[in-house]
Amino acid sequence: MSGVLIIAEHRRGELRPVTLELVSAAQAGRRAPSDTVAVALIAEAPEALVPSVAVAGVDEIITVQVAARDFEPDTFEAVTHALIQARKPSLVLVPHSIDAFGYAAALAAKNRYGFATDVFRFEYQQDQLLATRGGYGQKVNVEVDFPGKEMVLLAVRANTFKPPEAPASPAISSFAAPAVRARVRSREFIELAASDDVDMTAAEFILAIGRGIGEQGNVEQFRKLAETIGATLGCSRPIADAGWLPKSRQIGQSGKTATACKLYLAMGISGAIQHLAGMKHVSTIVAVNADAGASIFSIARYGIVADIFEIAEALTGHWEKNH
Amino acid sequence: MKILVAVKQVAALDEDFEIRADGRDVEADFLLRDLNEWDDYSLEEAMRIKEAATTPVEVVVVCIGPADADEALRKCLAKGADRAIRVWDQAIEGSDPIAIAQLIAAVARREAPEMLFAGVQSSDHAFAATGIATAALLDWPHAAVVTQLSYSPGASSAVFRRELEGGLLHEMQIDCPAVLTIQLGINTPRYASLRSIKQAAAKPIEVLSLAQLGVPDAAVGESGSLSRVRRMYVPQKGRAQMIEGSSEQRAARLAQIIEAFAGGAA
Repeated sequence: MSGVLIIAEHRRGELRPVTLELVSAAQAGRRAPSDTVAVALIAEAPEALVPSVAVAGVDEIITVQVAARDFEPDTFEAVTHALIQARKPSLVLVPHSIDAFGYAAALAAKNRYGFATDVFRFEYQQDQLLATRGGYGQKVNVEVDFPGKEMVLLAVRANTFKPPEAPASPAISSFAAPAVRARVRSREFIELAASDDVDMTAAEFILAIGRGIGEQGNVEQFRKLAETIGATLGCSRPIADAGWLPKSRQIGQSGKTATACKLYLAMGISGAIQHLAGMKHVSTIVAVNADAGASIFSIARYGIVADIFEIAEALTGHWEKNH
Repeated sequence: MKILVAVKQVAALDEDFEIRADGRDVEADFLLRDLNEWDDYSLEEAMRIKEAATTPVEVVVVCIGPADADEALRKCLAKGADRAIRVWDQAIEGSDPIAIAQLIAAVARREAPEMLFAGVQSSDHAFAATGIATAALLDWPHAAVVTQLSYSPGASSAVFRRELEGGLLHEMQIDCPAVLTIQLGINTPRYASLRSIKQAAAKPIEVLSLAQLGVPDAAVGESGSLSRVRRMYVPQKGRAQMIEGSSEQRAARLAQIIEAFAGGAA
């Protein structure tokens, strides 16, 4: 067993960029430089995706033509299993993504591969694979190994490895998909209805509020503060789920990414990993939280441990006096 | 008709905590236990199906954990679950999500529900694996991160939407019985009334051993797991530069940071 197999992720005809991050992850974490890196394209028209994975670090692209146009868990599980049987890699990488949530654990449980999810670092030490993930709400790091496992499946955290940019011309081969009984079938994609005219991805200064605001009646104070200081008001998941702000203002994995943001003021946000996925890249993050142990302080440049209402009030007062 | 809801008693870290002497977990005294947030939503989804049904639906909750996990199960009973099952044995200690899935699958075989719900993930270790692994061991259809579900009890299929990155929704159809992992926001979980909390305290919780489930010791714990914790440690993290002082002083510093940004942006 040797080599790394990457299962590419695509959606609506386009490669998801996290796939290329896995190529860098494979480069960094493989057992030996002689270990080859193969990327499998499991799609209705896999050839169309070939150019997007023809990058440095990929030795081989394996196209697997399947009947399903969109992601279906049974298809990905069956094809990945067949590829592992045929290619016998020592390591298989998938993204820790919503699609992979749907099949990776099933594949590992059925075949008893070594398995860990949300891995952000891995390496071989004396031929033994060690993977690191977070624990207890990311407050600790957990190093795991896979005793006795010849094949390990890792779901790798997105936005952790920098994707390679240099184009290359890897070998291309095709693989015949096994028969699949699709017990879960794709119907359609539904875009989030625009309930608000705000574009969080374009906002340069965001004031984001989270669970710490306590109740709906408190949203108004922060809406006013945002207006006063010239910020766009955003939020973390619980606020959107509760309907206190529209979903279009949610920052994070299942919300928007603060792409253009340069200053991010997080108030009452503890810093769940799904929220950080949408904003941890911002160059200046200021976090205000009553809990000194909140994970947001580990990625923020500036931190204030205080009651968010007191700070909001003081900032509003200070700003009105001086501007 | 029966819905099985798998729940977890999760652990959060106390403000100050110590790593256990063997370096592989946090000392248990520093862990604060609660019902996993996601499981509140999957129980609520099961309750809504039960309440909308024209034929009787039984909602059974199952938790793998020691005696203190009864607290999580009582919370579910207080919110309306009909029955609660807890599975524990010393051999289960050290299990990863896949070993836990073996046990939930064994309970599902015994209970034979038409639908099984689990949370997308747990707030403590966030593997996002237990529910889908359970489905694989039962050889049932499965889908993850469900934020909308149309299902009539006993139907041969269900239609659901899963929530993708960026908020895009994907509508799919699934054959039943099935395992669905439920995402936050699919519904608004109810609060238990004081009266129902009192009543739940008196309800029985069925406790099952490995032997009663017919699961061998080797299928759980470290030998039944697909990964093993070697080491747990507090990472050297970038630490925010802390702004101290009175609220007014801190607000003034905050204003400076905002002005610096506004100056740069202009």
